[in-house]
Amino acid sequence: MAEFTLPKNSKIGVGKTYKAPAGAKRVKEFKIYRWNPDDGKNPSMDTYEVDLDACGPMVLDAIIKIKNEIDSSLTFRRSCREGICGSCAMNIDGTNTLACLKPIDDVKGAVAINPLPHMPVVKDLVPDLTQAYAQYRSIEPWLQSDTPAPPDGERLQSKEERAELDGLWECIMCFCCSTSCPSYWWNGDRYLGPAVLMAAYRWIADSRDERTGQRLDALEDPFKLYRCHTIMNCTQTCPKGLNPAKAIGKVKQLMLERQG
Amino acid sequence: MSNLNADPSIHIRRSELGRARGLGAAKSGLHHWWAQRVTAIALLPLSLYFVLSVLMLKGASHAGMVSFMAEPWNAVLYLCLIAALFYHLSLGLQTVIEDYVHKDSTRLATMLAVKGLIVFCALAAAVSVLKLAL
Repeated sequence: MAEFTLPKNSKIGVGKTYKAPAGAKRVKEFKIYRWNPDDGKNPSMDTYEVDLDACGPMVLDAIIKIKNEIDSSLTFRRSCREGICGSCAMNIDGTNTLACLKPIDDVKGAVAINPLPHMPVVKDLVPDLTQAYAQYRSIEPWLQSDTPAPPDGERLQSKEERAELDGLWECIMCFCCSTSCPSYWWNGDRYLGPAVLMAAYRWIADSRDERTGQRLDALEDPFKLYRCHTIMNCTQTCPKGLNPAKAIGKVKQLMLERQG
Repeated sequence: MSNLNADPSIHIRRSELGRARGLGAAKSGLHHWWAQRVTAIALLPLSLYFVLSVLMLKGASHAGMVSFMAEPWNAVLYLCLIAALFYHLSLGLQTVIEDYVHKDSTRLATMLAVKGLIVFCALAAAVSVLKLAL
């Protein structure tokens, strides 16, 4: 059965509190999920008080400050700090998003930060995305064509053909969408999830690709594709403002179209 | 999660890609998805007709009920309603079971029991209509 409660060893306890330095005027609380695979303890929520007058505007700025100045054991992924690498995807204030694009001021009260939901946790805010990456690999996300490329140049697209890819190619594979999807929570081992299905559609919609039929064949499955019940969490949570639900809808539409 | 097996005595050494590909695509699913939508749309006017007919028959005698069903239009519309409703119910419950019941044997048993019950109820409803109509 689907699991609706956390297993015993995943129940979250109350953690430590780190007070703001004396004299801090604009103090904001950050409640952050902590779990260390090495100490055998249950996860806990640690509270960090941060002086916003000495901190950058984004949630990523705050957790970098915490790691640098308050608690160096806090573990998270980050790289580009401008919403293009997808590393700092996490659940902030109840919504999956990129810490680098989330202004601290958007959150009223304490800022709760958890790892992406329903993925195995490596440590603290670092989720294990191995399965999601393997699913991405399984849809063969590269151009496949029997017609060789012109010897003297690239494969050309019309402006209209290129426009078909807008809203698809911008995906940075942060998996905020897939990990916000209840269907992916319950059946993530078989359902491909919105991020991977949108990536699949990106190649189905590409005028240069010649394997459209095989790509549709590979998705025609009650679990791989049709576990999508149009819940729309994916579209609502996407930090890049993309619409994976629409891409999945287009795939279903094409399935119907080829059936005649 | 496939890589966090519930039973720690079972070790999985199969590659992640192998697990992601799984048993491959079943090459079905479109029909189920499309039929669910078509029956849902069909049920809009049919349900309206059903509610109106029940309101119309409020307080009717047994003879009144029989003469209502003896009208071919009513019998056919009722049979359409029964077909669309129970087919839609069957498709919907199948989705719910596939979503939430993960153990293969339990899923198969639940699915057979639920679908059997639905076929029984649909036939019982259809026979009731036909008994009045014919």
